[in-house]
Amino acid sequence: MEILMSITVGVLFMVGTYLILTKSLLRLVLGLMLLSHGAHLLLLTMAGLKQGSPPLLGEEAAYYADPLPQALILTAIVISFGVTAFLLVIAYRTYKEHKTDDLDKLRGSADE
Amino acid sequence: MNNLVILPILIPFIVGVLLIFFAKQHGIQRFISGLTSLFLLGISIYLAIYVYQEGIQTVALGSWQAPFGIVLVADMFATMMVILSSIVGVVCLFFAFQTISSEREKFYFYPFYFFLITGVNGAFLTGDLFNLFVFFEVMLIASYVLIVMGGTKYQLRESLKYVAINIFASILFIVGVAYLYAATGTLNFADLAVRVAELEQQGVINAIAILFLLVFGMKGALFPLYFWLPRSYYGPPAAIAALFGGLLTKVGIYAIMRTFTLIFTHDPGFTHNIILALAGLTMFFGVLGAVSQFDFKRILSYHIISQVGYMVMGLGIYTQLAIAGAIYYIAHHIIVKAALFLFAGATQKITGTTDLKQMGGLLKTHPWLAWMFFISAMSLAGIPPLSGFFSKFALILSGFEEGRYIIVTVALLVGLLTLFSMMKIFIYAFWGEQKHSETQAKQKIGSLLVPIIPLVALTIVLGFAAEPIFQYSLQVADQILDPSIYINSVLKE
Repeated sequence: MEILMSITVGVLFMVGTYLILTKSLLRLVLGLMLLSHGAHLLLLTMAGLKQGSPPLLGEEAAYYADPLPQALILTAIVISFGVTAFLLVIAYRTYKEHKTDDLDKLRGSADE
Repeated sequence: MNNLVILPILIPFIVGVLLIFFAKQHGIQRFISGLTSLFLLGISIYLAIYVYQEGIQTVALGSWQAPFGIVLVADMFATMMVILSSIVGVVCLFFAFQTISSEREKFYFYPFYFFLITGVNGAFLTGDLFNLFVFFEVMLIASYVLIVMGGTKYQLRESLKYVAINIFASILFIVGVAYLYAATGTLNFADLAVRVAELEQQGVINAIAILFLLVFGMKGALFPLYFWLPRSYYGPPAAIAALFGGLLTKVGIYAIMRTFTLIFTHDPGFTHNIILALAGLTMFFGVLGAVSQFDFKRILSYHIISQVGYMVMGLGIYTQLAIAGAIYYIAHHIIVKAALFLFAGATQKITGTTDLKQMGGLLKTHPWLAWMFFISAMSLAGIPPLSGFFSKFALILSGFEEGRYIIVTVALLVGLLTLFSMMKIFIYAFWGEQKHSETQAKQKIGSLLVPIIPLVALTIVLGFAAEPIFQYSLQVADQILDPSIYINSVLKE
């Protein structure tokens, strides 16, 4: 299971990197979203996908799942959700002001 | 357990929330925020004195003991940084009262200002890696808003890049956290320090260390990763640029110093030599950028890069004297850089431009501004008896002691070029023909100078009282070079 997840993470990173390197503004945003999904999955995978029961005191199971990665991912997902929303707004406003979504045209020169 | 530690995070957070409700009433906003920032400064000084006398203070949040719960740790280094952030917070706020436009005030300038300080103080005081990430994000989200506030074409374009780059760095941060958790099974700094020392596979830890160096280097504008800084810091008004220039990159540097003195100390021959090489390149290329520019704010932005190099150089040499020099340098640089950005704001208010070629003759019409700028500029360039000299002196001396002659040569050369580019600002903006009109010349800027005076005074005091302050930074260096003090005070409560 860990191997499969690692491959998934790799594919997400690959696609995310490809999208970031394209010229379109919207693809940049999508690429960053995919990369952050990949990072969250990596966090879950790296902690080990155990088959234990939920970490509650009354369970009295032989194995417990590690609750920490879930807590970390939850926080990271909330943060990336908020930041992505903000990034979309900035991207939209930039598109409206500059009338282009081509990242090459958003370079700007030194003397302005 | 000491609940005092949480106050520098809690106060700005609560006040920031409170200020959202007063977004349309400028008077109340200013009153509350001014009072709070002064109160915060008092609290942080009290905390620093307390930590100095009583040793490292920790809080286990919700009484979940380390390494399982979240801890906040206030050691001498952290409290010193909190004091510096409070000082910059106060002066930039009082400068902002006079220069920030009322549109910005209406669109939640003050709440985000305090959220930024929440994030910065949190990053200094946190005791585990994931909360460092969270406070980095709090700080960064506030900084995104402050940097784009105003929404001009230039600001939107550059802050889009700033946001994108920082999101990318944050993603790498999570990746680093994931790998480190896989390797050690903990995220608490003190516990990590113990377990990394026990771990036998050093190659994995080296790889993770470089990943973290990459992440923090991106936030702290180290050599190959500084390209975003000059342009994004050019956009916002002077009060915000001063806050960013003084504080934001230093949070990255703080994180580098914290992790590479506490956690990744297993193989200094590898990691710290890389840091030293990066420091030299950062200094050199940063100052080259500054020399090539002809704009007040751009020169200052490039200087941030080159001076970040000095701080990291202290870490790279990795002796007590070098670390003390780096700590002294951080204190000096936060104060002077904030002052210089505020000077840029004051001159911009008079002449209406930051282009050096369109300025001139300010020395005649505004002598106080000119001479105070001169003091700060000389301090930045490292002319004795100002604070810049003593911090650089310690760094260079320790470089000689360790036989690192290349980095010392680079540092001295960069100091010379810094002097050159600061003189360029002085000659173009303050000397020569008066290029601003008579009505501009009659402008009174006395009230604008009031927030800057404490900073200029501080850089003089830091220079003249070099002996006690250097003793203090030596003690800070002692504390961070001996991780067992930190580990004991966190894990053995």
